[in-house]
Amino acid sequence: MHLPAELLYTKTHEWARREANEVVVGITSHAQEELRDVVFVELPKVGKTVKQGEAVAVIESVKAAFDIYAPVSGAVARVNDALVKSPQLINQDCYATGWMFTISPNDPGDVSNLMPSEEYTRQIEAGAH
Amino acid sequence: MMHKTALHERHRALGAKMTDFHGWEMPLYYTGILEEHAAVRQALGVFDISHMGQVLVTGADAVRTLNHVMVSDISQVGKHRACYTLMLNDTGGIIDDLIVYRIGEADYLVIVNCGNRTIDVEWLTAHRQGETAITDISQGRSILAVQGPLSSRVLEHMIDAKVAGLGRFEIAPIRTMGPDACLARTGYTGGDGFELFLPDHHAKRLWESILASGAKPIGLGARDTLRVEAGLRLYGTDMDATTSPFEAGLDWTVAMNKPAFIGKEALVRQRQQGLAKRLVGFELSQGPVPRTGMELLADVGGATRRVGIVTSGTFSPILKRPLGMGYVEPVFTAPGTVLTVIVRHQRYHGTVVKLPFWKGESAPPTLTGSNPPTKEFLSHAPPR
Repeated sequence: MHLPAELLYTKTHEWARREANEVVVGITSHAQEELRDVVFVELPKVGKTVKQGEAVAVIESVKAAFDIYAPVSGAVARVNDALVKSPQLINQDCYATGWMFTISPNDPGDVSNLMPSEEYTRQIEAGAH
Repeated sequence: MMHKTALHERHRALGAKMTDFHGWEMPLYYTGILEEHAAVRQALGVFDISHMGQVLVTGADAVRTLNHVMVSDISQVGKHRACYTLMLNDTGGIIDDLIVYRIGEADYLVIVNCGNRTIDVEWLTAHRQGETAITDISQGRSILAVQGPLSSRVLEHMIDAKVAGLGRFEIAPIRTMGPDACLARTGYTGGDGFELFLPDHHAKRLWESILASGAKPIGLGARDTLRVEAGLRLYGTDMDATTSPFEAGLDWTVAMNKPAFIGKEALVRQRQQGLAKRLVGFELSQGPVPRTGMELLADVGGATRRVGIVTSGTFSPILKRPLGMGYVEPVFTAPGTVLTVIVRHQRYHGTVVKLPFWKGESAPPTLTGSNPPTKEFLSHAPPR
């Protein structure tokens, strides 16, 4: 399983990356493997105010729908419109072209609640037992 | 303790994600639902459906019993032919949907849904006519479904029985695999395919041979997406003991000209009184997947109101759009009618279409998937 060391992670399997004044958000390789067969993505509206830990987007696989949570509080700055036509990008390329949205954070300190890759890896391994 | 099929260890070894289906631990998928779905539509897939019940109805009055209990005219089913039919309760509700195969002069093999196996056997036993024996022969036996445009070409190399020459809804014995071993040209995918009813040890061997020929193993996930695309109802989801055959859109199975069968009076009354709801298929051009229990709305004289409920839905990997089935007031079942489905408080417009959504093989068969078989696909089939 690929978990890039430069990213930060949530307990709910999102990844986050600081990029200029925004935080880019997607789901982890572990999450996309669990979901499989992504067929629909519901993205938040640009400008929407979101709170850390709040459900802000939805990914649907063939079998079920899953909530995606905001890793930081702030305002949605950009969304990846390519996912509307090609939701399978989440399965194919979850850390790059399969990104979901960006947030302009209110408080840069929010990222301190997120996990580095080693800690997220331990969480997944613990969950597997 | 979950029930396991004879192939359980094989599924594990193939890395299948397992799921609980009515108390049976069954494969949900092996590599992914979309990939498995495509394999069945374009080439070949093999399913272990041994969770389904196999019941023999035999004896001089077997056909009388079946005609009393089933809605179809079983006396019209020729030897080595099969019939999709329904079993009703006294109020006309569907106890189960099943296939009756006439495997001998007065010998019938009835394949029932796993969740209804006990109820069905009890119901058949309680209503048997004259000299009829009802025997649940599921123990020690398996069912393999071999489905896809290549199914006939591949099975012909493996089985000593009529295969390519077998017509749709025909059944033939496989004499080399013991008594009551047979294959039928039936399935739950809407495409070409076969179902094989076998003793466990033959099923295990054949499973390996079919996989070695390049077929993909298919789980219940794709079994569901395939059947929805084909407009086939699932018992317990799209119909149950409170649904009549007319409401479920299965009028064609009912022989109302039979003098009597269980549930007939109720159906006669329902036909006089009219239906309160009827099953409909609808599709969305894009958007989320309609799922069981979601509300269906329609415009009525300028106002939008609730007219029904979704029972099944999926994303069609072949048609590339969300599909659904559900029950609505009969006035909203005409093709072209706009139905609105509510998903997470948002409204998405769909259109009623005639079932099935997918109407049969179109593209020439090719072998696809992440693990493509060799080009010697067919020549590798083991000898008979």
